[in-house]
Amino acid sequence: MAEPFTTLTSIAAPLLRDNIDTDAMIPSREMKSTGKTGLAGGLFAGWRYLDAAARTPDPDFVLNQPQFSAATLLLCGRNFGCGSSREHAVWALAEYGIRCIIAQSFAPIFQSNCVRNGIVPVVLPPEVIAQLAGQAVEVDLAAQTVSADGGVWSFEIEGEAKAMLLEGLDAIDLTFKHREAIAAFQTADRAKRPWVYLEQNHA
Amino acid sequence: MTTLFDRIWDAHVVAPLPGGAALVAIDRVLLHERTGAAALNALAEAGRTVADPARVFAMMDHIVDTLPGRTDQTLMPGGQAFITETRAAAQAAGITLFDVGDPDQGIMHVVSPELGIVLPGLTLIAPDSHTCTQGALGALAWGIGSSEAEHAMATGTLRLTRPKTMRVTFTGTLAPGVTAKDMMLALIAAHGAGGGAGHVVEFAGQAVTALDMEARMTLCNMATEFSAFAGLIAPDDVTFDWLKGRRYAPKGAHWDAARAGWRDLRSDADAVFDSEIEIDAASIAPMVSWGTSPQASVAVTGSVPEDATSAMLDYMALTAGAPLVGTPIDAAFIGSCTNARLSDLRRAAALLKGCKVAPGIRAICVPGSSAVRRAAEAEGLDQVFLDAGFEWRMSGCSMCFFAGGESFAEGSRVISSTNRNFESRQGLRVKTHIASPETVAASAIAGAIADARELAGG
Repeated sequence: MAEPFTTLTSIAAPLLRDNIDTDAMIPSREMKSTGKTGLAGGLFAGWRYLDAAARTPDPDFVLNQPQFSAATLLLCGRNFGCGSSREHAVWALAEYGIRCIIAQSFAPIFQSNCVRNGIVPVVLPPEVIAQLAGQAVEVDLAAQTVSADGGVWSFEIEGEAKAMLLEGLDAIDLTFKHREAIAAFQTADRAKRPWVYLEQNHA
Repeated sequence: MTTLFDRIWDAHVVAPLPGGAALVAIDRVLLHERTGAAALNALAEAGRTVADPARVFAMMDHIVDTLPGRTDQTLMPGGQAFITETRAAAQAAGITLFDVGDPDQGIMHVVSPELGIVLPGLTLIAPDSHTCTQGALGALAWGIGSSEAEHAMATGTLRLTRPKTMRVTFTGTLAPGVTAKDMMLALIAAHGAGGGAGHVVEFAGQAVTALDMEARMTLCNMATEFSAFAGLIAPDDVTFDWLKGRRYAPKGAHWDAARAGWRDLRSDADAVFDSEIEIDAASIAPMVSWGTSPQASVAVTGSVPEDATSAMLDYMALTAGAPLVGTPIDAAFIGSCTNARLSDLRRAAALLKGCKVAPGIRAICVPGSSAVRRAAEAEGLDQVFLDAGFEWRMSGCSMCFFAGGESFAEGSRVISSTNRNFESRQGLRVKTHIASPETVAASAIAGAIADARELAGG
């Protein structure tokens, strides 16, 4: 279960490349544990360090620049989070402290993983994103607005995702409220498509 | 008016949810050792159980070694824990596991169709983006994260917002030497790596229905490289003939009933899609990527684009305008859920027969499953690869990605039948060019990126 998200104020750290993939966010070689933690150090390892093994920071990488050291909001380009479905990318971002990503568009699996882990994915046009770079930005999820010097912009978010993020809800608990509907569906479906329902230790 | 996707979706809606989402029934969940333990352990720690373990399958594919004589130990530091913890968690949950050493072990998206775990009209998910591969059988199959895998295992459902629909129609006929891999690279090059975002993509048209089952899997495999929610193809006799008799496919009267229903799994002639793309298959050439996104691909006979970004050119050590053919390579890889099925190995072997890999080139072939490996060996393909100078491996994802263990040499240039050319995907600073198995084989012989049609013709 994630922390509820209401509003966030942060300097906006720009990482304005298109098609940033989840391999770049958390390289497979940095996924060293079988659990969901211990990943923040590997976040953007290929770009963030001059020497990843020694963790020598690359001063040119945006999150290593002093003004962005406390940033909890990332600005990105098109198709952010493409590639591997590894939720480790989102776990690494969350553990590092990122709570909101404003991008031109998101890859679908990554976007869903964000919502499940309390990170708000916001889609805005590229010209607005360019304007927000380096600014103090406020994100108000209930109002669905992003504000900074120079304007207030509205964004769209699916109702389900918004509710989950605002309240930090556990999706499985919510779904268990539909237990009867699920059982009824399976009974009817089993009659229609019996081959879908395999026997335990089938072979 | 109804699309294939609509038919599958509507048959799986358990209940509407507030805000326009729906609770959707999930028929199959697949796990692998890279994330299986995390998902199963998180469920157990929350005091939850797998609702129907008979419909969950786990595979050892992602980090398991592919060298002969392998054990639970891995070249990846710490990899053994992923294998042993996933095994323990799968056993505790009562899940069928295709373990290291199992005759059916292999890459999940190769094994699942081989065994008939995926069937037309099913919903199937796995915490692996290439799950879309299995849409080739007319299933709605897509990749999810670990949290969603936990949700599906605990509840038999997922909470989903209905994706949009797109049809990609490949009209006409492919030219000789052009493959499903080239079709996808051509699509992504033309419409971008985000071109399918938010959409379930149905592949249709004469050039798609003409593909055999394995080539259809290659096509759907890279739907995720198009950022599609899923890719799928309407099942037909090619699908049914291929599936019949497979272990988990229905038998007897169930088969007849299932197949009768599956024949309705198609889009109506007047179906309306949110988006449509049409490509003339005859216009497609063998493709090769030059950059660090699959959209950075061109015809193998082409050149690096003049407007290529400097970040990609610097990483790939290429210059704008340079021809791709003749670019020296250090290594060649045939493997992965994209292009390591028996037909892929046959086509590569046909080019390699009687030839040698160029001096100094490291060449590796990793069959997509243990069954593919056995079938290839039964027809002598292993010897063709070995005689040509390829390594012949056990099955697994292998060097499609670098997990900290085995990799190609730092900074080397690799031609690869895989699906991703991201920075450091196959090793630190490795420059990956993705292409068909034919192009990989021909390039391995030439020691440089090559047009396989010249080799085949000459």
